[in-house]
Amino acid sequence: MSNQAVDKVGHWQTVCDDWGDDKQAFKVHWGKFMMWIFLVSDTFIFSCFLVGYMKVRMTVTDPWPFPSEVFALTLFGNSIPLILIAIMTFILITSSGTMALAVRFSHFRDKKRIAQFMFITAAFGASFVGMQAFEWSKLIAEGVRPWVNPFGAPQFGSVFFMITGFHGLHVSIGVIYLITVAMKILKGHYDKTDYEIVEIAGLYWHFVDLVWVFIFAFFYLW
Amino acid sequence: MSEQVLDREALEAQHPIGIYLKVWILLFVLSAFSYMVDYFDFQGMIRWTLIIIFMLLKAGFIIAVFMHVMWERMALISAILGPPVVLLVLIGLMASEADYVFGTRVDHLGQPAAAERIHVSDVHVEGAAEH
Repeated sequence: MSNQAVDKVGHWQTVCDDWGDDKQAFKVHWGKFMMWIFLVSDTFIFSCFLVGYMKVRMTVTDPWPFPSEVFALTLFGNSIPLILIAIMTFILITSSGTMALAVRFSHFRDKKRIAQFMFITAAFGASFVGMQAFEWSKLIAEGVRPWVNPFGAPQFGSVFFMITGFHGLHVSIGVIYLITVAMKILKGHYDKTDYEIVEIAGLYWHFVDLVWVFIFAFFYLW
Repeated sequence: MSEQVLDREALEAQHPIGIYLKVWILLFVLSAFSYMVDYFDFQGMIRWTLIIIFMLLKAGFIIAVFMHVMWERMALISAILGPPVVLLVLIGLMASEADYVFGTRVDHLGQPAAAERIHVSDVHVEGAAEH
């Protein structure tokens, strides 16, 4: 649009023209694109947490605790390092697998199977949150707080509670989300759609698993 | 009825279950590997290299297959994967700043540059007996 034309209609009119142009940039279901927008923004939130943690690790002069010892469990008389976290990792990966199968069955419009696999996924998610609650109460009982920590640098406590807490919140919301969607599918709420909602919910769930991959590597193994 | 069966077969071919199961097993194996890095107590460069490699492989498979990104159009792929690249700048800035902060803490506040790490077994913890 030439400058003269802009003068005539005003700059805000051009904004309205551009946004109201009925152009579609991304050829996917709008809900799926909105979920991706949300997930990209959530990526930045978790990245800020992890980069903040990196900076704490690099600047702290107090000794950092050994995570594999802090998160060890005594099973059958042997202390096994990091075992609970390993089990939690496997559970979350398994739940991602069952969710992928639910998405696959959404292409077949197989309502029973979709709901079945979404409920299984939600159950795995709930058990993950349960183990996290156990881990939190164990550390709290041992005296770890966001401001103090008997095993070394107090920053360990604040990073642990903030990052795992925020991730656990995501898992909990995901469990509620999956159960809600699965119930609505069974009730026939999405009968007239192509069940895009399953893939959208699946994206969220896989993202939660994805974030755990990074937390596991940087916080628990580092 | 027979049309429905044909539909089903066509769909099976279009969305094979195999790739999900394969990636699932692969993620299991990669997680087991990264746990082994800790279990067998690899230290130093080899530890960080292995952890980062396993982490990136796992993340890549989840994004590409489970989140279906490898089947999306390029416009959407670049909209998703492009923006997070700027995080590398943030990481770089914070890392160089962190070196400086650490230096000032050691040089000017007299804090120890290499503090001895504490083993959990050396710490007396109240209430630990309950667990």
